[in-house]
Amino acid sequence: SSWWSHVEMGPPDPILGVTEAYKRDTNSKKMNLGVGAYRDDNGKPYVLNCVRKAEAMIASKKMDKEYLPIGGLADFTRASAELALGENSEAFKSGRYVTVQGISGTGSLRIGANFLQRFFKTSRDVYLPKPSWGNHTPIFRDAGMQLQAYRYYDPKTCSLDFSGAMDDISKIPEKSIILLHACAHNPTGVDPRQEQWKEMAAIVKKRNLLAYFDMAYQGFASGDINRDAWAVRHFIEQGINIVLSQSFAKNMGLYGERAGAFTVICSDADEAKRVESQLKILIRPMYSNPPVNGARIASLILNTPDLRKEWLTEVKGMADRIISMRTQLVSNLKKEGSSHNWQHITDQIGMFCFTGLKPDQVERLIKEFSVYMTKDGRISVAGVTSGNVGYLAHAIHQVTK
Amino acid sequence: AYRTDEGQPWVLPVVKKVEQMIANDNSLNHEYLPILGLPEFRANASRIALGDDSPAIKEKRIGSVQSLGGTGALRIGAEFLRRWYNGNNNTATPVYVSTPTWENHNSVFMDAGFKDIRTYHYWDAAKRGLDLQGLLNDMENAPEHSIFILHACAHNPTGTDPTPEQWKQIAAVMKRRSLFPFFDSAYQGFASGSLDKDAWAVRYFVSEGFELFCAQSFSKNFGLYNERVGNLTVVGKDTDNVQRVLSQMEKIVRTTWSNPPSQGARIVATTLSSPQLFDEWYVNVKTMADRVLLMRSELRSRLEALGTPGTWNHITEQIGMFSFTGLNPKQVEYMVKEKHIYLMASGRINMCGLTTKNLDYVAKSIHEAVTKIQ
Repeated sequence: SSWWSHVEMGPPDPILGVTEAYKRDTNSKKMNLGVGAYRDDNGKPYVLNCVRKAEAMIASKKMDKEYLPIGGLADFTRASAELALGENSEAFKSGRYVTVQGISGTGSLRIGANFLQRFFKTSRDVYLPKPSWGNHTPIFRDAGMQLQAYRYYDPKTCSLDFSGAMDDISKIPEKSIILLHACAHNPTGVDPRQEQWKEMAAIVKKRNLLAYFDMAYQGFASGDINRDAWAVRHFIEQGINIVLSQSFAKNMGLYGERAGAFTVICSDADEAKRVESQLKILIRPMYSNPPVNGARIASLILNTPDLRKEWLTEVKGMADRIISMRTQLVSNLKKEGSSHNWQHITDQIGMFCFTGLKPDQVERLIKEFSVYMTKDGRISVAGVTSGNVGYLAHAIHQVTK
Repeated sequence: AYRTDEGQPWVLPVVKKVEQMIANDNSLNHEYLPILGLPEFRANASRIALGDDSPAIKEKRIGSVQSLGGTGALRIGAEFLRRWYNGNNNTATPVYVSTPTWENHNSVFMDAGFKDIRTYHYWDAAKRGLDLQGLLNDMENAPEHSIFILHACAHNPTGTDPTPEQWKQIAAVMKRRSLFPFFDSAYQGFASGSLDKDAWAVRYFVSEGFELFCAQSFSKNFGLYNERVGNLTVVGKDTDNVQRVLSQMEKIVRTTWSNPPSQGARIVATTLSSPQLFDEWYVNVKTMADRVLLMRSELRSRLEALGTPGTWNHITEQIGMFSFTGLNPKQVEYMVKEKHIYLMASGRINMCGLTTKNLDYVAKSIHEAVTKIQ
């Protein structure tokens, strides 16, 4: 007999599981609109030129493979903080922050979640927008936190339920934790306008909530890294000491290299040092120290003026292609004769689009058309090309007419 | 970390070669790996631990989880055991670590949620060797189903490993008392220069029918420290059990790091799956192991030639990167303060720090410490 007889078969991961099902499909027209990985207009993975250049530079330097410090590559963490906060940020310049390297967005979120479980004394509750990225809930739960929700997406309008959000946030018990998507909300693509962010910041400050920002798409949403970080920077300027998780998976195409960072804005540099020491104590029993490759590439890009300039152009290029696919999808749906209002597709921003499709419609798209997406109707617009946008529109029309 | 005879870090020549191949391969990209990791890495890594002819592999009752170094493999294993071993979410299951052990073992299992971390006898300071009787007694008295962290080879920090005969005795007690073996294998190949020899204990337990975990690190034997290349090998009773275990480990991975880093895994997979590169790697590993073995024998012979009081055979009987010299804290302080030789208060030295240039000085210093300080 086995120790494991009672171990249940785990359900396939809803997001990464979509890609695995797609791979098994033999239909030549198949489309993978599941995981948020960028594709070029030929549907191929895109390795950024600035990444290739950085890799060549790294290869020529013939560096050793000694362990990184527990908190990661210093040039990388400093540049990540500066990218998020802005070079003129008082918090950045004064050094009243700590940034540690994390295993992309997930790893950074998890470090933060564990840190809050250990050191956030006033609440176990993390308030997520409804809906949020599917992995947020299990990450916080595994870290020992409890999950609550605030209204966010309005399925009737496929846009932001601002009054509902404000109503819910104003009722969150003081000194709880609220998680906010900095830009390109996942899965809906619905972001608050700056005026709305200002109101949200005011209420978060009034209720003395800990604001936990998840920024996985800086540069990807609008094509402008400063614009995409506006909410993060505004909150800090309003005197809200946020915590922040960053990912370089999408905006630098470094997915499998796992480059990310977790930042805590502190009262002063001394507090930052103490927080850093505790973050290291959390990291060491998880994986000791982080992987170097992605961080080295990202660091070189951010810290080398020519490469940084090239990166900004490339990330804008990716954002622009996505925006253009949104436009084409809507016009193709009209051409198919769809009578539905698809404006939300172009109103939404970033890699993802909440189509408004129901689970049974999604299932038909998968089974009958080999168009793969998550059950919530989320599509990765990055997986749409000028070559397949017509087929997609046709398929969506078939299941919604 | 390993150091050359010039006291420098060493990137293995085969690693440099494979990295160049990867850099030149324009068909490669940076896409996400599957949650459990690169398939070619996982299969090869487990094959290295269990052996080409492993019955467990043939019977398809093994699983692998690519992890962030050996630490990451330990953590995933620990998180799984806490959730699913000995009941559901049984945080009270005792976890036993050796005295002494790598200090991070305690933190890994504590942070995974285990509440009862205990020690088992291991190092006998008086005889400078394994306290086998103490170890076996602790296993006899441990509650059934307790988890035991075993160092597969090159025990950290003592360098003292059980002999095959002693491992057989350990396995017999563990089987009789239903204790769970969780191997930590961070030095396969690096210890003796032979992959098979360094994996003997793990393979013996598998042949005795145990279900076990083995956390593997490729930091030392591939010199890939900062790429975080590790693997958790799971050996179960049958395919079905292993599949269910892996599906639950996937859930754990997903909330910890989602999917593992690709660079290091690619290097190892490419190397292990090519007969020629594998041979080159083996030579590189043997280079490292042989240098350490040489330093051990050279240090011992100098101490014996100097007539340094005490016995020094433990220096060559111990194995791997570390050696518990037997120097007491006062003698260590002398070494550090008067001779500027840095070692741990436990008397542990890192053999990789020895070079042909400093052997005489180190031997003389130990001699002084032992004769001047009691």
